[in-house]
Amino acid sequence: MDWLERSWRPVLLLVACLAVWQLVTTTGLIAPYLVPSPAATLDVLVEKQAYIWHHTWVTTYETVLGFLIAAVVGVLAAVAMVYSATIEKTLYPILLFAQVVPKIAIAPLFVVWLGFGLVPKVLVAVLIAFFPVVISMVTGLKSVDTEMLELASTMGGGPLKTFVKIRFPASLPHLFAGLKVAVTLAVTGAVVGEFVGANEGLGFVILQANGNIDTPMLFAGLIVMSLVGVLLFVLLELAERFMLPWHVSRRTSAVTTTI
Amino acid sequence: MTVTVGTAAVEIDSVAVHFRSKKIDVTALREVSLDVAPGEFVSIVGPSGCGKSTLLKLVSGLLKPSSGKVRLLGDVVTGPRHDIGYVFQRAALLEWRSARRNILLQAEMRGMPDAGKRADELIEMTGLRGFEDALPHELSGGMQQRVALCRALLHRPRVLLMDEPFGALDALTREQMNVELHRIWRETGTTVLLVTHSIAESVYLSNRVVVMTPRPGAVQEIIDVDLPVERDYSETMALPKFSTAAAHIRELLGASMRP
Repeated sequence: MDWLERSWRPVLLLVACLAVWQLVTTTGLIAPYLVPSPAATLDVLVEKQAYIWHHTWVTTYETVLGFLIAAVVGVLAAVAMVYSATIEKTLYPILLFAQVVPKIAIAPLFVVWLGFGLVPKVLVAVLIAFFPVVISMVTGLKSVDTEMLELASTMGGGPLKTFVKIRFPASLPHLFAGLKVAVTLAVTGAVVGEFVGANEGLGFVILQANGNIDTPMLFAGLIVMSLVGVLLFVLLELAERFMLPWHVSRRTSAVTTTI
Repeated sequence: MTVTVGTAAVEIDSVAVHFRSKKIDVTALREVSLDVAPGEFVSIVGPSGCGKSTLLKLVSGLLKPSSGKVRLLGDVVTGPRHDIGYVFQRAALLEWRSARRNILLQAEMRGMPDAGKRADELIEMTGLRGFEDALPHELSGGMQQRVALCRALLHRPRVLLMDEPFGALDALTREQMNVELHRIWRETGTTVLLVTHSIAESVYLSNRVVVMTPRPGAVQEIIDVDLPVERDYSETMALPKFSTAAAHIRELLGASMRP
């Protein structure tokens, strides 16, 4: 089995980490209020599952919404920049500057402007996830063979057909690489948005647990948050496999499992 | 579009090309004139950088001459022409399309209906039968180039431009492709303009061979090759006419490379 061959190593490492975790907590090497045991963490995950589910759903919703907006806007911006030198010259420096500004530092401002609801979280997620999408899409669109484009112009299909049949599909492998980075960043964005002001979501759960020195809940929140990121990443990989079988089949499996 | 019977398929009339970059001005072609009759097979040989490829781009309209005029099928070339077929050194195939769908790209870009039958004919003619559904990376270099040739011939262009089409192939495959190209040329009656580095290839395939000078390129001499229409490869190679022509071209190229 291909997936078994690829996954036994990381699974083994994970099991080893869990064993060490169990060991240091049960031997009392580290106090339970600092690091809870795996069992205690699991207890919280099971007992408070309704509570955790609710907040996980909120964070996932914010993340996916932010990611989708970033993907659409990012792709459109990239297309505009590749097709118009003027737009590229105007937009690119601003994009670069926007990327340099620490988005985490802007988050509080969004709360002031937009309140404690959904919008500021989605906005932070969009801002963080947007950049890798634009960069990868621009690279993808520019990676098309000049000879292929010259051929297209002798075929007389016009710019729209050339885009739909040649340029866009050719850019998809690059785009997917960017989307995979973007989706993991979007989770961070949503949680940061929740940190600065929220009454729901996993960021809120973690802040509350932090205030109560409830480390099992803190750990539970962290684990669930990571799982959300992993799940979204895997979904994108599956989408890539489905949409670009010609590309995925050409990569070695080592590349497939790394980000 | 009006084409007067008897006019040349391609008329290159004292054309010059200068490239201007920030640092240097390069003259790629100075004063080139050449007429190619309908149905004729003309090869262009010359030292690297003498502007052979530039000449093909001028004929296709992908490039505009700095001075002089190019006429294709009786009309002055002002922009990319759609009534030609183009084959590059690299096959320039779309990775995500099967061989057959790569050939049909030509039809899709042009909005040509019912091109499937024509594609199958060409697949048969070039020996691609059985490889229709293979993706480009599953094909050998020679097979990929056959696909590119089929794509270039799909719309029955009256002029076929080939820029070092077999330059990346091994010697044996190249000979096979030469034999096939010659047969296809006889069967289709297309006018062919071929750029090549191989003297043997140029003599074997052509009615006339144009020998160019080093950059800035100009026509050094045009050699009439008077070989039988039906040509067996090894028999042709052994003909005194063949070796005389080849030796003459080699001498011209050698002479032009001397300081």
